Amino acid sequence: MADLPKSIDETIKLLSGGAYVADRALSTVVFLALRMGRPLFLEGEAGVGKTEVAKVLAAALGRRLVRLQCYEGLDSASALYEWNHAAQMIAIRVAEAEGTASREKLSEDVFSERYLIRRPLLDALSPDPAGAPVLLIDELDRADEAFEAFLLEVLADFQVTIPEFGTIKAETPPIVIVTSNRTREIHDALKRRCLYHWIDYPDLSRELAIVKAKVPNAPERLSREIVAFVQQLRKEDLFKSPGTAETLDWASALVELDAQVLDPNLIGDTLGVVLKYQDDVERFNAKKIDTVLSASREGLKAAG
Amino acid sequence: MKAEGQLFQRLIAFARLLRRAGIPIGPGAVIDALQAVETGGIGTRSDFYWTLHAVLIKRHEHHAIFHEAFHRFWRRDQIERVLAEMLPVTRTDGVKSRVAQRRVEEALGLQKRAAKPPKQQDTVFDMRGTISDAEILRRKDFAQMSAAELEEARRLISAIRMPDDEVTTRRFSSSLRGRIDLARTLRASVRSGGDLIELRFKAPRRKKPPLVALVDISGSMSDYSRPLLQFFHMLTMKRHNVSTFLFGTRLTNVTRALKTRDADDALALCSAGVSDWAGGTRIAQALEEFNKRWSRRVLGQGATVLLVTDGLEREGGGELKREIDRLHRSCRKLIWLNPLLRFEAFEAKAVGIRTILPHVDELRPVHDLSSLASLCDALTETRTSRAHDPKHWLGAA
Repeated sequence: MADLPKSIDETIKLLSGGAYVADRALSTVVFLALRMGRPLFLEGEAGVGKTEVAKVLAAALGRRLVRLQCYEGLDSASALYEWNHAAQMIAIRVAEAEGTASREKLSEDVFSERYLIRRPLLDALSPDPAGAPVLLIDELDRADEAFEAFLLEVLADFQVTIPEFGTIKAETPPIVIVTSNRTREIHDALKRRCLYHWIDYPDLSRELAIVKAKVPNAPERLSREIVAFVQQLRKEDLFKSPGTAETLDWASALVELDAQVLDPNLIGDTLGVVLKYQDDVERFNAKKIDTVLSASREGLKAAG
Repeated sequence: MKAEGQLFQRLIAFARLLRRAGIPIGPGAVIDALQAVETGGIGTRSDFYWTLHAVLIKRHEHHAIFHEAFHRFWRRDQIERVLAEMLPVTRTDGVKSRVAQRRVEEALGLQKRAAKPPKQQDTVFDMRGTISDAEILRRKDFAQMSAAELEEARRLISAIRMPDDEVTTRRFSSSLRGRIDLARTLRASVRSGGDLIELRFKAPRRKKPPLVALVDISGSMSDYSRPLLQFFHMLTMKRHNVSTFLFGTRLTNVTRALKTRDADDALALCSAGVSDWAGGTRIAQALEEFNKRWSRRVLGQGATVLLVTDGLEREGGGELKREIDRLHRSCRKLIWLNPLLRFEAFEAKAVGIRTILPHVDELRPVHDLSSLASLCDALTETRTSRAHDPKHWLGAA
């Protein structure tokens, strides 16, 4: 188990050790979240590396990663805990058949730890020899608002009350990271408890560093061209701009194809890796690709 | 200790400045900010910037205001502040930042010369930059309407029964029939000692889906815009997730303005925020902007979209077709409200109308109060009657 970083520079080092190239703004927020023990709320377009922050933190700090993927209809039974009803039923029937069941004894037996199924939130509150785990609450905007209110309660005190069982409180609060794609606004009450950060698309030099860290076997010239092209794409009028994840996918795809430099035909064939909407792909005919490619080369030259 | 006290005072003053510029910051956040700054490890001005940003800012929109406020506030004295005003400040985003700058200047009380209220309102609400010559930028004056007329319309609108259009969610709640709820069954049976197992049930919970209104306020629709806005104000008041957008030559989000409780205030705010009342119309551009900037944020949870326009688009063709198609595919139900339907001889002949028709689920009239009432009923119904089926109009023409 690694210690928490003591300064922003150490945080940057910690993240880059996990091949995450963070800018100073993000590192500051992560550092503060760790030091102040507050949940970190990350918002941004799809594919800018929100989830990755949690994964890298868990790996770098040697903590367990507990992930709660949100979806519509997520309720406390699948997020917090559930009783193993089938096993409980059997226990009751057995007790009946033996004729030994007294009311108090039975309810004590049936509602014991043995029959409790721990779901991610409860799991994250349980003590862990490696230190408090990293709790990733992913894509909170997909869950309904009712779940948000419930989450508020858990995040406020890091404790959970199970009526039949008692209150479970985390000895050390987990490191909480909440992500949202902003398909709806998350309520201010929840955001107020968190440190907020909007992750933007990286600039040219940082994206290049990310590609180098993540796809180390890509030729230098190719990665430079890929990054410049994607940066140029983001300036175009697209329905969905490609994220960093798309850049990385594209880089690995082109490495697989043994490409050394970008050329229009190659781009045309592999555009589906970067652009995921039919309208966007359609708009990119050969001529358009040529103009974007030459513009990106200009940009690369200007950046030196 | 004394230095710390001073820092705290400065932070309080900074929070007050941000609050005046329209960012909601509670007293708790200021204490958090102090705590964060004292956490240590903060060396440079940029670290200080991002530390305060992390604690005080909870929305992406507020970034530009914070940026501007930070650079103006955290300078030592007035001279530098004045200097800063003359120096170009680095801007992250040209248009947004200009608004942010204005708001911060107002909050600082620096903007004495710009005390022209209409202009101020213009910049506060109009987040878009350029104005083309073709647009007729005219603000509609609501005061021209007679008071009696307004009162009557509002009374009638508030009497309309609101739609009861619930959809099932994937969450369950206890119910008298439905699926067996094992958790509650078991808890109940333990209470009785296990001798008697009485079944409990659960059924999917129901809720009202979000409602998104896209209202055309161009010249040809101007007679309808006010009663319609009153109607949407009522809707916004009565249910929880209604978003309203107005468009003529550009798209304006007036959801927040319509949340003002008083109807007159709400409508006045709307009219202040919109610069293209009764001008031309560019449906395709407005829809494109909606699709790009807003659809992913407001159409999430199975929204119903009400598109209010006469469909008289000057430039028909491919672009409109693409955007209306995309809109249709990103919402649960798209209802087109068209005041032209009041004419008995209405035929789907205009290019714009023929382009939009194949992509809507329903076509309904919206020319008077009774059609608003029938709209509410229509939202409650689940089936589309033949009279409102868009295919019917396509076939007829």
